[in-house]
Amino acid sequence: MQVDMTVNGQDRSADVEARTLLVYYLRDAVGLTGTNVGCDTSSCGACTVLLNGESVKSCTILAAQVRGADVTTIEGLADGTALHPMQQAFMECHGLQCGYCTPGMVLAATSLLADNPRPTEAEVREGLEGNLCRCTGYHNIVKAVLHTAEHDAAFWQARASKSGVTA
Amino acid sequence: MTVIGTPLKRKEDPKLLTGEGKYVDDIHAVGELWMGMVRSTMAHATIDGVDTSAAAGMPGVHAVYTGAQLMDMGLWAAPLPCAWPVTPDMVNPPHYPVATGEVHHVGEIIAVVLADTRARAADAAEQVEVSYGPLPAVASIAEARTDGAKAHSELASNKSYTWALVPDPAALDAAFAAATHHVTAEFTQQRLIPVPMEPRGVLAVPGVAGGDVTIYSSSQVPHFLKILLAATTGISESKIRAVAPAVGGGFGAKLNINPDESLALVLANKLGRPVRWTETRSEAAFSTHQGRGQLQRIELAADADGKLLGVRVHLDADMGAYMMLVTPGVPLLGSFLYTGVYDVPAFGFTCDGWFTNMTPTDAYRGAGRPEASYAIERAMDILAGKVGVGPDEIRRRNYLAGGEKFENLAVPSTLVFDSGHYGPSLDLALDKAGYGDLRAEQARRRAAGDSKQLGIGLCTYVEICGLAPSRALGGLGFGSGGWEHAVVRLLPTGKAEVVSGSTPHGQGHETSWSMIVADKLGIDPADVTVLHSDTAISPLGLDTYGSRSLAVGGVAISMACDKVIDKARLIAAHQMEANPEDLEFAEGAFTVKGSPDKTMPIQAIAFGAFLAHNLPDGMEPNLQEQMTFDPSNFAFPFGTHVAVVEVDETTGQVDLLRYVAVDDCGNQINPLIVEGQIHGGIVQGVAQALWEDAAWDADGNLRNPSLLDYLVPSAAEMPSFETAFTVTPSPANPLGVKGVGEAGTIGSAAAVINAVCDALSPHGITDIEMPATPRRVWKAIQEAKQ
Repeated sequence: MQVDMTVNGQDRSADVEARTLLVYYLRDAVGLTGTNVGCDTSSCGACTVLLNGESVKSCTILAAQVRGADVTTIEGLADGTALHPMQQAFMECHGLQCGYCTPGMVLAATSLLADNPRPTEAEVREGLEGNLCRCTGYHNIVKAVLHTAEHDAAFWQARASKSGVTA
Repeated sequence: MTVIGTPLKRKEDPKLLTGEGKYVDDIHAVGELWMGMVRSTMAHATIDGVDTSAAAGMPGVHAVYTGAQLMDMGLWAAPLPCAWPVTPDMVNPPHYPVATGEVHHVGEIIAVVLADTRARAADAAEQVEVSYGPLPAVASIAEARTDGAKAHSELASNKSYTWALVPDPAALDAAFAAATHHVTAEFTQQRLIPVPMEPRGVLAVPGVAGGDVTIYSSSQVPHFLKILLAATTGISESKIRAVAPAVGGGFGAKLNINPDESLALVLANKLGRPVRWTETRSEAAFSTHQGRGQLQRIELAADADGKLLGVRVHLDADMGAYMMLVTPGVPLLGSFLYTGVYDVPAFGFTCDGWFTNMTPTDAYRGAGRPEASYAIERAMDILAGKVGVGPDEIRRRNYLAGGEKFENLAVPSTLVFDSGHYGPSLDLALDKAGYGDLRAEQARRRAAGDSKQLGIGLCTYVEICGLAPSRALGGLGFGSGGWEHAVVRLLPTGKAEVVSGSTPHGQGHETSWSMIVADKLGIDPADVTVLHSDTAISPLGLDTYGSRSLAVGGVAISMACDKVIDKARLIAAHQMEANPEDLEFAEGAFTVKGSPDKTMPIQAIAFGAFLAHNLPDGMEPNLQEQMTFDPSNFAFPFGTHVAVVEVDETTGQVDLLRYVAVDDCGNQINPLIVEGQIHGGIVQGVAQALWEDAAWDADGNLRNPSLLDYLVPSAAEMPSFETAFTVTPSPANPLGVKGVGEAGTIGSAAAVINAVCDALSPHGITDIEMPATPRRVWKAIQEAKQ
């Protein structure tokens, strides 16, 4: 079946099997391999993308269910060659090692701060519960999220007010 | 310019943060076929029939091969390799990539489908009908030891080998006879699923007209892969190129030569089409080896003051169904560490390796050393209780060299520890933890009868890494050397290029190697490019495992830089018309002593070496040197960890409140990376202590193969860590470095369980089996109350 959607601001269209999951639509049909698959039970969050601005695990949803949606993958987060504040914070704080969970973790963290621009450490930890990392022990991931919440406060406040959430 | 020792941001990050990192599953080849594995649903059975007809007719299916058909095709020259025959008489049943005749664990491959998509390969594999003749399964070490049922029908016993390290049996017996205090403890090291976040995958691409075949694999060991696939398939080593692209974590799970890798290679070569496969997470519990799986018995003999006189250890180790690459050697890697950081006059260690009908075991972060550290550190706490002193005091009384700094100290397990300084490590950890305040809070809660009791656990560990002196590995029967290779070259424009045989999968080698070269040659780390993990680019290498990359591979790079500087000095002297010994090299330039205006930067020398217009007579053009470094000793990092837990006595729930880690890995290249390694390591040990457990039932079925049931911790379960470091350089290499990749895991499981037992000690509870689940803790409390 033909499935159309907007991915990272570009219109995409592909003829895929009805059973195709969003993650495989992105990886195989669109060719954006930054979205990773880490499990088969929607447990690990490696495949997290933004669907109309909200983070979702792209392995839990059929591509056909989100026809016409606006999807942001990790490839669409940076502004040209300038890293997004969350990407920058992960680099500053050494919030990644092997990098496999990173695209999903960065997008989940972005969504978290868009909802709650000044979270506590406990709120960050709870908020990222659905994304597993085996390398970092989470310490520096949490640090990165708190770091950007503090240093890029204006950016996150603007995001939050855009999505209708007030801090 | 000094870059070493600074927290330089990683070079690897921009690619990985933007989705540009290419893992195996991201790489495609035109005309590729997907393998779909037909896996055994029985732990032990005869294969009475395999009907592939329905699968063969399905859309997109190119071929279906049974094990018998593949064997008839003559694709293999030898079974999959075990590179560590620990004894001359070790029993090692042949292990081919696909089973024929009899299966020996759930998930063993019985047939292979080749189809044009991932989904079609999986669909077709489901339609292959296998008829089994069930046989009794051996699903625990205890069962293996009875030698009732046999894990392989043709075996006379489930025992594969007995390995012993008892340097002086008479002295050991005398120590136990003379002792005032005896501790005998038994611990279970449960099986663990490694779970690197990237599942393993492989893509084999044949060359045109019988040319080279390239195998892309999510591997820690592309060099081993190339050599051992050549040896076991009969395909010439010169025709195989192995590439480990971006690799999403390893932790030992990608330190193997796997059935799927061999299958992809031989089928691609046979069919002339690219062949690929990526494991699903639930499949990985069977397609990738597991870790740990040991029953430990440790006995301590101590005098009236708690001073150790002897340590005796016996292990029963679960090999699983087959010997994989280093399966039999993993328990033995820990053998030298069962005396821990302590001065123990007499020592004895024996290990029996047992076959079972479960996924093979092999290396998992720490590989033998977390087990050793766990046993001795748990036993020391029990000894402290018998002697009537605190866990800190029992340790202080027994530290090697009395806790003072030492170098090159021989220990009874036959090794020479490179350096150590254990006293200050404990002092710093206790100080950072606020040990006195914690004990006061614990006393307060106990007095108040609080339902949430506090536990404080110590672990002072030492580990053995930086594998390794080749001769030492030879003495252990390991089928490889322990050297590492490096090439350092300066390009015509003065930029540096490093070729390293170390193969990273998250450790940040590109950053650390750039820092070493930058400091050595006086150039910007941004001007260093590191090439690795492709046997066409770095043909010589012994890969990354056992926390060896820096202490061996990093040192090789540093020494290659020295050679570059030596050659550059001769060129500079020639061109500046000075004596080589009159030149000083600093900040990337040679200067004539006493004439600071006469100077020549290394970039200019590099260009001159490239032009070769004006070199000393007989000198080879270009500025490039290589070094193969074979270390003279292992490295022995150490540290003290303090875990603080809260045990809810009404539910048995254990919460980790704080974790203090003081580690010493010698000199540090990049403290940011060092800390990151410690953090991740801690969580893997904490996870073993509290949550993770590959739970096999009596029939050899794994009850929790998926991440729904196998409890890898999330951020919500962990606190932030409080880390600090002492620095005791290793005298065994010129950088004074040790390894750090496994240290966190080696220290943390014991610290956490010591804390849990400390919380429960008023009940008279001295042990809780890992993982310390709420059920186990609650049950122990109830039993203690009766």
